[in-house]
Amino acid sequence: MSQDTVRLIPSDEGSWRLDAYLRRGGYEAARKAVTSMAPAGIIAEVRKAGLRGRGGAGFPAGLKWSFVPQGVSGPKYLCVNADEGEPGTFKDRAILVRDPHRLLEGMVIAAFAVGIHTAIVYVRGEYERIAGRLREAMAEAEGAGFLGPDIFGSGFGLEVVIHFGAGAYICGEETALLESVEGRRGTPRLKPPFPAVAGLFRAPTVINNVETLANVPSIIGRGADWFTAQGLPKDCGTRLFSVSGAVRRPGLYELPTGIPLRTLIEDHAGGPPEGVSVKAVIPGGLSAPVLRADELEAHLDFESMALVCSMAGSAGVIVIGDRTPMLEVLGVMSRFYAHESCGQCTPCRIGTSWIHRTVTRIAAGQGRRGDLDLILSLADGIKGRTLCPMGDAAALPIQALVTKFRDELEQAVER
Amino acid sequence: MSYAPSAAVLERIDRAVAAYPERSAALLPVLRLIQEESGWVPPAAEVWAADKLGLNPVRVREVLSFYTMFRRRPAGRTVVQVCRNLSCTLAGAEEVIAALRRELGLGDGADTTADGAVTLVAVECLGNCDHAPCLQIDGVDRGPVTRDSAAAIVRELRGR
Repeated sequence: MSQDTVRLIPSDEGSWRLDAYLRRGGYEAARKAVTSMAPAGIIAEVRKAGLRGRGGAGFPAGLKWSFVPQGVSGPKYLCVNADEGEPGTFKDRAILVRDPHRLLEGMVIAAFAVGIHTAIVYVRGEYERIAGRLREAMAEAEGAGFLGPDIFGSGFGLEVVIHFGAGAYICGEETALLESVEGRRGTPRLKPPFPAVAGLFRAPTVINNVETLANVPSIIGRGADWFTAQGLPKDCGTRLFSVSGAVRRPGLYELPTGIPLRTLIEDHAGGPPEGVSVKAVIPGGLSAPVLRADELEAHLDFESMALVCSMAGSAGVIVIGDRTPMLEVLGVMSRFYAHESCGQCTPCRIGTSWIHRTVTRIAAGQGRRGDLDLILSLADGIKGRTLCPMGDAAALPIQALVTKFRDELEQAVER
Repeated sequence: MSYAPSAAVLERIDRAVAAYPERSAALLPVLRLIQEESGWVPPAAEVWAADKLGLNPVRVREVLSFYTMFRRRPAGRTVVQVCRNLSCTLAGAEEVIAALRRELGLGDGADTTADGAVTLVAVECLGNCDHAPCLQIDGVDRGPVTRDSAAAIVRELRGR
């Protein structure tokens, strides 16, 4: 990758330390934003860059910031979503481990633009150890005057608190995350009101993913035009693709949005191991509907993935080899959603468990004719009938798997 | 039975409470700190936490029972979380789990060794899928784990 592209994951030694980050030009964008730009100008630049949320939903970040009412007194909050629970995704982990200052710099710029003085980083409990790097980075940045009560001597202050989750996939959903920060079960809220108006502690709140914020320093430092020159016109920049499963080189690949799935799998991740061929690919984290081997020409960006009835999601690409029975994949999937349903909405609570019991029975050799239709109809009963997106996140990948691999699954049922 | 945290933990709990604009928001960090010291959250500690944060005890119980990392039973001195989500399953996680259980001598339904040394929990994605199959030992990442390295890990845990 040339030097002119976004580099979210640095490879220099000790890359997470402040001195290394400063050598890479770190905190220049935050200095520029805080000391020479108007908040509205920063939001306009990020909107112009078309930066779409990297957590999975792809909502334009600048637009999200602009929804926060201005000129209102009282606190406002920035919540950083570092819950990274979408199976097959390990990109935010890499930013926390190798470039925590880039995240902090993005947070300073976002907070200054929206007029926020308190940020909460919601880190999944399983990342407690690696969050040590973030804690060290916070201390370094505060020592240097890049964080704390008087950033760059401008009088603008930002305090950062790390809040750990405790093992709940649903807390990656933004309103469940707010509930969790407030000390409750992670059950999503009914919207509206949207968090931008009434979020954390009922105050206006911006919630952004780690990777989204890590993109902000380059956009402000080098300009929106530089950013939009990469990737696609409506979905710009690069994405961190987490590749795992049946490939020779599982790992993290930062590439422009819109690259073909086949290029990522074959050229970058080395293709499947010797003697294995690709049977299916889950392109955007476990919740993204599965693609068959004949659909690998599809491009990895939000719109192209929607065209093949899947989603770019969290860019977690899981490659399934031809030796893996799809019933096993379905078993993992149905167990996961049954386990992670928060239980608030009946269709999701009952539906995901019922699907999982049915799949478990088939796996035990006690499948009945009609089981696959039962699963499809249960998924249909969840779809669109829940308060939060997890209902669809469970129903759609299960329906896609059963529909696209029906013949193979039928054989398992009638075994 | 009553509960009281050590002075050091109490100090950290007070710092956590001070970090939030509302006391009740500190519930997750308070439970985490209690568990870090005690290995689990005993019923008496639930009552203590409720009192500390001005909450009804049922509010503590509902949070404690919601999040899978909180434990309402004592655990082994070392806790191993082994991932069984898709990327890890594709890489042989179920064989690794079976090997770990065999080496630890865990019977059906047991999750903690008879001597109280190790608790083994199968969990959903640990976000370390390029090191599948992966696990965490007291929060420290390991992977990829094979059936052979599973045996070596158990020997290492026994030596602790």
